Amino acid sequence: MDRVMSNKKAIAVFTLPAFALYFVIVILPVFVSFYYSLLKWDGISARLFIGLDNYATLFQDHVFLRSLWNSLLLAFLSVFVQLPIALILALVLAGRVKGSRFYRTAYFIPVVMSTVMIGQLWMKIYHPSFGLLNTVLDGLGLESWTREWLGNENTALGAAFAPIIWQYIGYHMLLFYAAAKSISEDLYEAARIDGATGAKVAWYITIPLIKPMLKVSAIFAVVGSLKLFDLIYVLTNGGPLHATEVPSTWMFNNIFRQYQYGYGSSMAIIIILECLLFTVLIQRLFKSE
Amino acid sequence: MPALQTVAYDRKKIRVEPGTLLLQLCLIIVAMIQLFPLVWLFLFSFKNNAELFGGNVLGLPKVWRWENYTSLFKAGKLGLYFFNSLAVTFVTIALTAFLATMASYALSRMKWKWSKLTFTVFLLGLMIPIHAALLPIFLILKNIGLLNTHLALILPYTGFGLSMAIMIVVSFFDGLPRELEESAFIDGSGIYRTFFSIMLPLVTPAIATVAILTYLSAWNELMFAITFVSKEEFKTLTVGIMSMAGQHSTSWGPIGAGLFVSTLPSIVLYLLMGAQVERSLTAGAVKG
Repeated sequence: MDRVMSNKKAIAVFTLPAFALYFVIVILPVFVSFYYSLLKWDGISARLFIGLDNYATLFQDHVFLRSLWNSLLLAFLSVFVQLPIALILALVLAGRVKGSRFYRTAYFIPVVMSTVMIGQLWMKIYHPSFGLLNTVLDGLGLESWTREWLGNENTALGAAFAPIIWQYIGYHMLLFYAAAKSISEDLYEAARIDGATGAKVAWYITIPLIKPMLKVSAIFAVVGSLKLFDLIYVLTNGGPLHATEVPSTWMFNNIFRQYQYGYGSSMAIIIILECLLFTVLIQRLFKSE
Repeated sequence: MPALQTVAYDRKKIRVEPGTLLLQLCLIIVAMIQLFPLVWLFLFSFKNNAELFGGNVLGLPKVWRWENYTSLFKAGKLGLYFFNSLAVTFVTIALTAFLATMASYALSRMKWKWSKLTFTVFLLGLMIPIHAALLPIFLILKNIGLLNTHLALILPYTGFGLSMAIMIVVSFFDGLPRELEESAFIDGSGIYRTFFSIMLPLVTPAIATVAILTYLSAWNELMFAITFVSKEEFKTLTVGIMSMAGQHSTSWGPIGAGLFVSTLPSIVLYLLMGAQVERSLTAGAVKG
């Protein structure tokens, strides 16, 4: 059997197609991007090698710095607002609650909706004259609170973040729910016999035992925030005046609107490094606990 | 005895009710927050501008204007975009499943020096954001002449989907006993036959998971879709909807209809396969 299982030709047949595609689509581009980031190039004229100059420019680029700040803010909000809400919902639904199935399904629906759809929809919600939000505020007698949510520099960021957080609460809730459900019933029984009730059980038993899932969720949430493109592109495309710019939209803008292939590529590399950095950080954080 | 029992029952009933009622209320409010945007979309997709801007923003449509929907398919390009999304997503799922299962089999069950390293290289993809590949892939596709085709999206989607797919299928294969192949070989079956007739059917749950995860990322993908396809005939729903919304920027009804139709397949699939979707997503996360 070993002879068959080590047949080099068979191994190649099984593995090479996948590997070849993967290499060209995923691995190679990363190196190529890095190479481009060392150039000044508009895609048409000659390439000029400028070493790490693009990176130096990046850190003086106010728009880029602002976009970094926005993405970090979003990462912070998703971990400290989105995850706790998801956790509470998951823990409640994992207990003996009527209609758990219905609620889980309802909460998850935003996750399967396409981001373009969500973006367009929320643009309508935020519409200054006929949007859902202003209409409701008017109805409640709070006309003074109505405003141009996405057009106003001060409210645009918050307004853009709302759908982002809203969409994925259900996703994290599901992860936590699955993790909570996988804890053996015996542990809950033992706690109940000892007299522990809801909140105590959650704090001392459930939460510590679903730590691995908390870690995974935190990584998804943070990395997802740093990479975010779709919703911002649809809602505001980084505007007004870069108030809602995030690294990936600014990168996209630089490459495909301003034809700064080299500069844009350096942003791509920074985004990758950022994601790697935070993944490692979060892994470390959870290990030490 | 009966008196005691009645008292105990009453006490339990009273203790449970206010708490549960409040809980249900909170849960319903959250459900409304999660679902109302969709409900609102459905409602305004049937209205015309006069009604909407004339004051009936939130309520039920006075007249159900089905023409908002039908006009999209007739005059609009919704059918085209739908077809493109369907074609791209379907082929991506098939290709990813096929390539991933074969590679996973070799990685998990066959004996070769580089298997561990190759597996790690495949897993690296999980951490690489697609942004890094955007420009290089764009240029590669441009140079090969594949821009503005279905393949322009199928190949990148598959490439990026392989990491997660292989991770899931490998762990599934790892759980199968070695005796399966041993007995197949003793019976004279070659490696290919063993794979296709015995091993492959055994990992169907893993393949289902891969199919679901691939569907979710491919159907809703935006960044590659707007970059690699600019010709109308090949645009997928995500891009098409955006250009439609731009076109009809002042007619909410038809836009609403388009948005609703583009999202309906995902919602229907989710409602039908909810349990499996739940399992797939958690499988993906647990292994990560």
